Amino acid sequence: MQSAVDLSRPGLPAGLKAGHGTRRRSLSWILIAATLVSLLALLPLAFIVWVAVQTGWETASALVFRPRVGELLVNTVLLVAMAVPISIVLSVTLAWLTERSDLPGARLWAWLSVAPLAIPAFVHSYAWVSLVPGLHGLWAGVLVSVLAYFPFLYLPIAAALRRLDPALEDAAAALGLGPWRVFARVVLPQLRLAICGGSLLVGLHLLAEYGLYVFIRFDTFTTAIVDQFQSTFNGPAANMLAAVLVTCCFVLLALEVLVRGEERYARVGSGAARQQQRTRLGRVTLACLALPAITALLSLGVPFVTIGRWLIAGGTDVWRLDEIGLALGQTLFLAVGGALLATIAAMPMAWVSIRAPGPLQRLLEGCNYIVGSLPGVVIALALVTITVRIAMPLYQTLFTILFAYALMFLPRALISLRASIAQAPVELERAASSLGRPPLRALWSTTIRLSAPGAAAGMALVALGITNELTATQMLAPNGTRTLAMAFWSYSGEIDYASAAPYAFIMVAMSLPLTWLLYVQSKRMAGR
Amino acid sequence: MSFLELSGVQKHYGPVAALAGVDLSVMRGSRTAIVGPSGCGKTTLLRLIAGFEAPDQGRIVLDGEVLANGGAAVPAYRRGIGVVAQDGALFPHLTIADNIGFGVVRGADKRTEHIVELAYIVGLDKAILKRRPHELSGGQQQRVALARAMAMKPRLMLLDEPFSALDTGLRASMRKAVAELLEAAGITTILVTHDQAEALSFASQVAVMRDGLFSQVGTPRELYFQPKDRMIAEFLGDAIILPARIADGFATSPLGRIAVDTTERRDVARIMLRPEQVLLKRTSREGMSGTPEMLFGEVTESEFAGSMCTIAVRLLNSPDPPDAAAIGNTPLILRKPGMDAPALGEIVRLTVSGMAHVFA
Repeated sequence: MQSAVDLSRPGLPAGLKAGHGTRRRSLSWILIAATLVSLLALLPLAFIVWVAVQTGWETASALVFRPRVGELLVNTVLLVAMAVPISIVLSVTLAWLTERSDLPGARLWAWLSVAPLAIPAFVHSYAWVSLVPGLHGLWAGVLVSVLAYFPFLYLPIAAALRRLDPALEDAAAALGLGPWRVFARVVLPQLRLAICGGSLLVGLHLLAEYGLYVFIRFDTFTTAIVDQFQSTFNGPAANMLAAVLVTCCFVLLALEVLVRGEERYARVGSGAARQQQRTRLGRVTLACLALPAITALLSLGVPFVTIGRWLIAGGTDVWRLDEIGLALGQTLFLAVGGALLATIAAMPMAWVSIRAPGPLQRLLEGCNYIVGSLPGVVIALALVTITVRIAMPLYQTLFTILFAYALMFLPRALISLRASIAQAPVELERAASSLGRPPLRALWSTTIRLSAPGAAAGMALVALGITNELTATQMLAPNGTRTLAMAFWSYSGEIDYASAAPYAFIMVAMSLPLTWLLYVQSKRMAGR
Repeated sequence: MSFLELSGVQKHYGPVAALAGVDLSVMRGSRTAIVGPSGCGKTTLLRLIAGFEAPDQGRIVLDGEVLANGGAAVPAYRRGIGVVAQDGALFPHLTIADNIGFGVVRGADKRTEHIVELAYIVGLDKAILKRRPHELSGGQQQRVALARAMAMKPRLMLLDEPFSALDTGLRASMRKAVAELLEAAGITTILVTHDQAEALSFASQVAVMRDGLFSQVGTPRELYFQPKDRMIAEFLGDAIILPARIADGFATSPLGRIAVDTTERRDVARIMLRPEQVLLKRTSREGMSGTPEMLFGEVTESEFAGSMCTIAVRLLNSPDPPDAAAIGNTPLILRKPGMDAPALGEIVRLTVSGMAHVFA
């Protein structure tokens, strides 16, 4: 054991900080732009605080501490507390089956586990209610929520599973751990980030969802706020409910930060990971096939069968082409406009967070994510109040609705842009500078060009969100606007399910390619 | 009595044969290196021994216990074989202490003391135990991986190119330290590498692998000086290969009369010399005259690279080679210490030390 002595060497410092002094000037312009966007994004939040202050403690507490609010809180908490864990278990199982076992048709099942995202949540609900008219209450809410939103968990978990280095599992096996213990002690901990992120996304969607719960007559904060808004416009009651809802969102965000922790899950070491081996299912193959099959049947079969049935029942009469064409045109216009605005607004923030990270930048970025996690109804309510009280000419204009979309969907654009900017090496920017381009042009000709695919993907995701958006559009869009979602909503509200069917069909048909894009992107992120 | 015995081990991936019937026997407490170019199947062999995969055919027996026979195999977690992978494969979500103690039952007696002791043995500072793998340098990560594998007191240790990620200086010292460490612990070790110098210096038995088969197994010395064929000779180092006529334990070659390592052969064959066997002595054109039995050459190229200098020597008065005259005209490439290497155009006298090896 003599060698122990020569073996010990002082540890190297973990990493050297790279200087960022060279591009101060262009950086400061971009930083100002990023700050401006973040401040604008904080507008709805500032509004909530302002309203709370203005309402005064007595009125506010009278509005907040009442049985109705408690009831809504119980409903919402129960919904999240049941739907999220069920989605986690379902998604982890599906992801393992499709990524790490020799399940027949794994690729097909993987795609079918993502496809439910193409169906707006309120269309899921519409399908279930017209199939089982008696469906309502908490359990119905949990069922439809899980079916509509579990892909948000499935996608990151499947991607993380694919990225896992099989050498770790080999190492654990060599250290004497059986397959189940390897899964519990090595695989599952490494999925933690994916599970946390996905759960947060599902939780926030549950808090924000409106249409889904109206169909099955389950009251949450969001449905209550919209009801309140429809009866008393932007009265203090609605605003106070919104404040409680925002608090719920913050609780979820804080929970996620707490559970996620500071751990690192990236692969340590260099070189390419070797190909993963798939577990042989053997005799249990058939039993294992049942899970993805039943999930696909409930999450895709039910909506498609219902829409198909109503389309057949309605015949050609429901295809009022002028009306549908108009709605389609308006939806596309809003979707493209909102996507462009959100992407342009996200650009400076994305660049700053990758190229010049720091505490201020992280704070700014955090603002954008927090606002993006607020329910559409809260942002809409804030913008309604602000425009009515301060800038009346802007009330229910194209500007306001696009602004709201940009606020709501900025994080989607930001995440895609960040990922692709991170992949564009900074050396290229420097090379362009050394070849004589001034900083901003160097940036344009290298990083921004290279991040174009990421920007496009981000825009597609924003457009997808806008196409299926209902509450904010209803509250903010100029008079006479009738998007696909609004038309669907008003027909189904009149129980004219047949007339609503073509709109549901078009929304799904438009969303499917975008969902496919999402699926392909997640595969590519995992390096395949 | 061999400790690990492989016989007829085969493994196919689709139509590709990664291992085409491998036999190997490893003595208890010894160190074996498996060396070969990338893609020759050496890592596959290691994975079969570790139990990460099952062979298609053949037997693997460790210490009298059959680990794999045909398709049936004991799973990795029941084998008690330690593995150190190329980049350590540390668990990124655990601290260094938890990494080292991963295979030790939680709540086991004196678990913490055991971990600290292992860290000391592999030369890790105690302060490092609370850190995470990504905060460590490559060499430290390898030590942790080694400590982790040693914690479960393995019967056999498999090292899969564990030093290839380290820089040159660290690599040599780590190699030496690990060899001593495992020797002291009495653990039988198999090292897989593509670096021939590493294989020759690490092991007591070296197996050269090519296309899924062992082309030669033996001691480092045997392999280096008596390789079976030209490929092995050139894989393990630079080689001078010459045509020669063999008789009575001597070869008549372009380099004159050289002793060979066989007395039985009496035919025309190829012989191999390692360049370091060819010695040079400075002289001049005048010094050449009147000594016909001596061999002279002219330096036609000289490439200085610090400690070593690569020079090319063209033979001036080579005796008639038995068959290929062309070979006599190809200059010999030799590596000599850079300090007093002959310069371009100088005349040198060549002598051969030791014996040449005759290829079959």
